[in-house]
Amino acid sequence: MSTETLSLSRAMNEGLRKAMENDPKVVVMGEDVGKLGGVFRVTDGLQKDFGEARVIDTPLAESGIVGTAIGLALRGYRPVCEIQFDGFVFPAFNQITTQLAKMRMRSLGTLELPVVIRIPFGGGIGAVEHHSESPEAYFTHTGGLRVVACSNPSDAYTMIQQAITCPDPVIFFEPKRRYWDKAPVELDLANAAPLDRAVVAREGTDVTLLAYGPMVKTCLEAAQADEERSIEVVDIRSLNPLDEATVLESVRRTGRCVVVHEAPVFSGYGAELAARITEKCFYHLESPVLRVGGFSTPYPPSRLEDHYLPDLDRVLDAVDRTYEW
Amino acid sequence: MTIDAAHGAPPSTGAQPPPELVQLLTPEGERVEHPDYDVDLTAEEIKSLYRDLVIVRRLDNEALALTRQGELGVWASLLGQEAAQIGSGRALAANDMAFPSYREHGVAWCRDVDPVKVLGLFRGVNHSGWDPREHNFHLYTIVIGSQTLHATGYAMGIQRDGTEDAAIVYFGDGATSEGDVNEAFVWSAAQNAPIVFFCQNNQWAISEPLERQSRIPLYRRAEGFGFPGIRVDGNDVFAVLAVTKKALDNARSGQGPTLIEAFTYRMGAHTTTDDPTRYRLQAELEAWKLKDPIERVKAYLVKNQMADREFFEAIDEEAKKIGSDLRKRCLELPDPEATAIWENVYATEHAPLAGERDQFRSYLGSFEEVNR
Repeated sequence: MSTETLSLSRAMNEGLRKAMENDPKVVVMGEDVGKLGGVFRVTDGLQKDFGEARVIDTPLAESGIVGTAIGLALRGYRPVCEIQFDGFVFPAFNQITTQLAKMRMRSLGTLELPVVIRIPFGGGIGAVEHHSESPEAYFTHTGGLRVVACSNPSDAYTMIQQAITCPDPVIFFEPKRRYWDKAPVELDLANAAPLDRAVVAREGTDVTLLAYGPMVKTCLEAAQADEERSIEVVDIRSLNPLDEATVLESVRRTGRCVVVHEAPVFSGYGAELAARITEKCFYHLESPVLRVGGFSTPYPPSRLEDHYLPDLDRVLDAVDRTYEW
Repeated sequence: MTIDAAHGAPPSTGAQPPPELVQLLTPEGERVEHPDYDVDLTAEEIKSLYRDLVIVRRLDNEALALTRQGELGVWASLLGQEAAQIGSGRALAANDMAFPSYREHGVAWCRDVDPVKVLGLFRGVNHSGWDPREHNFHLYTIVIGSQTLHATGYAMGIQRDGTEDAAIVYFGDGATSEGDVNEAFVWSAAQNAPIVFFCQNNQWAISEPLERQSRIPLYRRAEGFGFPGIRVDGNDVFAVLAVTKKALDNARSGQGPTLIEAFTYRMGAHTTTDDPTRYRLQAELEAWKLKDPIERVKAYLVKNQMADREFFEAIDEEAKKIGSDLRKRCLELPDPEATAIWENVYATEHAPLAGERDQFRSYLGSFEEVNR
């Protein structure tokens, strides 16, 4: 076992580097990913080491990034696209949903689209509008895509490598406000959880918190702060496919569940979790599944985002409410 | 101020094509010279092109009939665009990759795609029936212009592989207004990608004429993006072949992209659900009938005594046979099993999908139990 303490951004960088070393067909492409190393430095130094043919500074055209990545994949490459910010993925929405997601099925399985689309997502960094969005539900709603979110440096390192070797297109969400959090990273992938598994991030017996990406840390802090109840935190990691077994097993044990995400609650990913849990754990539940998330509004100006984003108190408030039944 | 879309726009679509049009064979079947383009074809090669043209028109006609009889859900006819498709399709080398939109049945023919496989999409038994890698002919793409970016990326892959292949991408006049097409122009120019943009300007984007899309001739758009654009008589199979070959050669030799505007005419409806009498004049169609892409090759072959009546009769007979064979095999296409819905969505096991499929399977099974 060898570990190294890295920031999440650095862990992503090392994971990408490893993937590029392992497979000469892996190419990294996006706006400012070359000389600059990406606005979050995730691709720092890759162009210097792997050359301009494999680390491509693209035109400022997101549809073009994904559309040409599809073409490169059809030619046998494994493109890893960076969408600079969550709010800029929408010009590429058509290419992702009508082309990338469906091409395997449309070709009766003859075409493989191993494209990874990296999206720094979520708020909490005091940014201007379009830099704090959580668009995951748009993609989990689209069959043919795998959608994952990492929450910590070790998973960032592992999951990006797994996503790149995955034969399906993967939408890879990175919690941008956690880029600079440091933690020990397990460099040996041999014992890593598969890409499509949820993991129990903290064991508990009274309530299950379900979260992914930036909200996992918030939930862990909430669990830590609660001195009365034993709170379990499940890191969903893979939003599509959902690792139902791990989620249901936890909720059946605790009987109470709160889903936490930054995205608006209405029609959000949490609605799917709540519905499935209600359907499959009905007799185990002590109270309804509650959801904590963003409000059903456009993302507010950053001076208001502390109200909009779920925090420790809002999570524990929901935990309290699960005891009101 | 008035909003006048026609202000500064090119003359309406029924007018004579402008003089910059590359033409090697007139509508009357006269061979003409062009300073930059030429073809050197044997009689056999010309007869082979003629055969292609006749057969794809026959196949198209059969598909139209099948649609009218309810056997296909819809059909996008290529009528009038045979020369643009056969000329460019026959210019391709085996390893070149072609990205069609959804009307390129003639190019599919050139890439040896079994015509019945082209019908799958329109009959609704699948979304596409052929293996794109086997034919170097990608899936049909219905979202307008999306495939231009795929072709550009593919061409970037060719560059990285260091091979002497090229990509060609087909789209229509309407597609030139799409963002993706313009991004593909920007991108391929910046990358100097080995790609040919083959725009079949058939004058109509369903009901919208070219002047709703552009105030300059489409081929001139290329200049602003930094690569050559050329307008070719899209009903002249010789000229299309010559122009496409040269553009592909330029791509292969590191000279980057070319935009070809094949000036042609959609003689039929947009699809079988369309009614062109609502938006265009019969006289326009009649004018274009005089520029038919097949008749001029026939006239050339006759004038130059390269083919006799027997030859033409034999081709007609062969086309008829291929058409009726297509009909027969279309009617035999089986409906897929219900569980095909869940097939090939992902490469590997996807537990929630498998759960859905199994649940539906047992739901279907419940009917069998009741019926027993």
